[in-house]
Amino acid sequence: MIRNLLSGGDLSRDQAIEILDVAEGMANVNDREIKKLPTLRGKTVVNLFFEDSTRTRISFELAAKRLSADVINFSAKGSSVSKGESLKDTAQTLEAMGADAVVIRHSASGAANVLAHSGWINGAIVNAGDGTHEHPTQSLLDAFTMRKRFHGSASQGKDLSGLKVAIVGDVLHSRVARSNLLLLNTLGAEVHFVAPPTLLPANASNWNATLNYSLDDVLAREKPDVVMMLRVQAERMNASYFPTEREYSRIWGFNADRLKQLKPNAILMHPGPMNRGLEIDAISADSPQSTVLEQVANGVSVRMAVLYSLLSGERASDVN
Amino acid sequence: MSTKFLFKNAQLQDGTFADIEVTGDLISAIGVGLLSEGAEVIDSTGLIALPGFVDLHTHLREPGFEQSETVLTGTQAAAMGGYTAVHAMANTSPVADTAGVVEQVAALGREAGYVDVLPIGAVTVGLEGKQMAELGAMANSKAKVKVFSDDGKCVHDPVIMRRALEYVKAFDGVIAQHAQEPRLTEGAQMNEGAVSAELGLAGWPAVAEESIIARDVLLAEHVNSRVHICHLSTAGSVEIVRWAKARGIKVTAEVTPHHLLLTDELVRSYNAVYKVNPPLRTQKDVLALREALIDGTIDVIGTDHAPHPIEAKDCEWNAAAFGMLGLETAASIAQEVLIESGKSNWARFAEVMSTKPAEIAGDVEVGQELEIGSVANIAFIDPAAKRTIVAESASKSINNPYVGMQLPGRVLHTVYRGYLTVRDGVLASKGRN
Repeated sequence: MIRNLLSGGDLSRDQAIEILDVAEGMANVNDREIKKLPTLRGKTVVNLFFEDSTRTRISFELAAKRLSADVINFSAKGSSVSKGESLKDTAQTLEAMGADAVVIRHSASGAANVLAHSGWINGAIVNAGDGTHEHPTQSLLDAFTMRKRFHGSASQGKDLSGLKVAIVGDVLHSRVARSNLLLLNTLGAEVHFVAPPTLLPANASNWNATLNYSLDDVLAREKPDVVMMLRVQAERMNASYFPTEREYSRIWGFNADRLKQLKPNAILMHPGPMNRGLEIDAISADSPQSTVLEQVANGVSVRMAVLYSLLSGERASDVN
Repeated sequence: MSTKFLFKNAQLQDGTFADIEVTGDLISAIGVGLLSEGAEVIDSTGLIALPGFVDLHTHLREPGFEQSETVLTGTQAAAMGGYTAVHAMANTSPVADTAGVVEQVAALGREAGYVDVLPIGAVTVGLEGKQMAELGAMANSKAKVKVFSDDGKCVHDPVIMRRALEYVKAFDGVIAQHAQEPRLTEGAQMNEGAVSAELGLAGWPAVAEESIIARDVLLAEHVNSRVHICHLSTAGSVEIVRWAKARGIKVTAEVTPHHLLLTDELVRSYNAVYKVNPPLRTQKDVLALREALIDGTIDVIGTDHAPHPIEAKDCEWNAAAFGMLGLETAASIAQEVLIESGKSNWARFAEVMSTKPAEIAGDVEVGQELEIGSVANIAFIDPAAKRTIVAESASKSINNPYVGMQLPGRVLHTVYRGYLTVRDGVLASKGRN
């Protein structure tokens, strides 16, 4: 199995399906009265968060605890991160304390890769979001949610062949978009990005996806099975990426009118936290087609599966 | 009695073979079958003798950043690379924006005794781009500064740039521009392109360089002054410089060794040793730069040797410093591009590495052709050697992107003003003084 999880593109089709299948089993555990397995007893998982993200942190924390691992939360925000060496020093400190896995969230793209390939640390590295690069467990939980909605109890062993997925919003800065693109490609789904031109990369020639400016066109033309809305970060609003929030919402936001255009079995996703009234309105967010809360619940199951895959059994010595 | 050397049977840049006699600090004879009485004979069979190299773009880091490099270690690295003169960039601390600082840097260079250290003065006070520094005072100082640059930062204000271009005409100076539109590159981390889209690193678009070059060649034309473009990195920049030269504008251009060899694909490793400004571009840009160096659109190779301590590179990409070493590998990369490619020759090599940079900077005693009466600044290259680059070098820093790569050629001897700073590939333990 894999040694680290850094990118949505790290997994082969079979590896991805295996993790999703394991997550099915974990979901069953989460439905039991006693939501705990002894699998990772004696293992230490460190949540190393250089950036605030309460949701992601507690999801990983819960996942590790349900597998009986010891969990340490290390919030490095506010320390002298800008000095640069602190990533190295922190990693070496955790190594000296014997961390079996480090779940890292960092504002710098590539921080998880640096940690994994630096030789500072031997434990498994899980990328929980690096800058504007990737967030692979988010893409796994999204894939899990899609599979569950479209294949139901027959999900085991299935990929996402034939699904059309529209990903809408700040694609340029979105780690969710990048990880989803890679994993959805692997699992056989089609990806259609929709964004204002200012929020798409200037050169996306290496991406296996269509790039679109009009949400309405994509809804009409592709009749997507999945529409995934991305969060608009506050710092984009004052940097001339688009004129006003109202205009953004009108052209690229999801609302009740657009909800009516979806196929009956299509789903509406959002990685959270939502800006209600900006990229998604309340009617859509709370509609039966919205999977927002399922995504949160599935996040725990998928992260259990990832930690299980990385930490159970002997640690492979080859470098991934 | 001055020292006397006879370098036997070296190949000159025109392909002929000759003996070179050095007496004191001058070349005293060049010819076939010289019998120099009392000279120490150094067999130079198989070596190419070229005018000692001149770097227009070196960061020696002293004063202020001695943990990265000092004038001594930087000039030792230069000597190892075949250089006999380096122009020291102004972004030290304090900034080289006054006569006092440039004289201090020049004095440290003389004390070290490995190459001529020719300070570059800042264009604006503190490199802040707001108020012109005392260019006249630096020009008239003992350091005789002719080249001015805010390198590391762009002189982005068009009025300041225009005034500086005009003002240096008073002493035949030149402005060396670091072409980077600041607003288009806020937070920029790497070349903006297909790779930056994948890696999620903020892009440094080619247009940010090209728009400044376009503006500055037009300003240079308007005020009839000289502008030198530092470290050209894009195919589009080449086109603009080619156009400007055809129009008769007094523009010269420089390319770094790394932009001639490396591409942004290397950034996929997130290894900050590849982080540099301007950033590594695409293969298409590399090919355009190579062609421009060969056809003369680009005039010189400048190393942009930029040492940094380990902690400035051993970290996440965004936190890392920009810059890479270059002095000890530049000649090998020039050989790769000009000679191994089969597309050019040693005469062009000598131009881009020595005579042309000296001409642009108005240097008098460096970058001279190898002739009787010239100052004895000579680099002897073994062109047949292949070497695998290692991290340890004369520089104090190890931010070397070529480690592990095999490059052609090796500087065997460097003669600096008649003194062997490097002999048989080994650095002299003391400088010339």
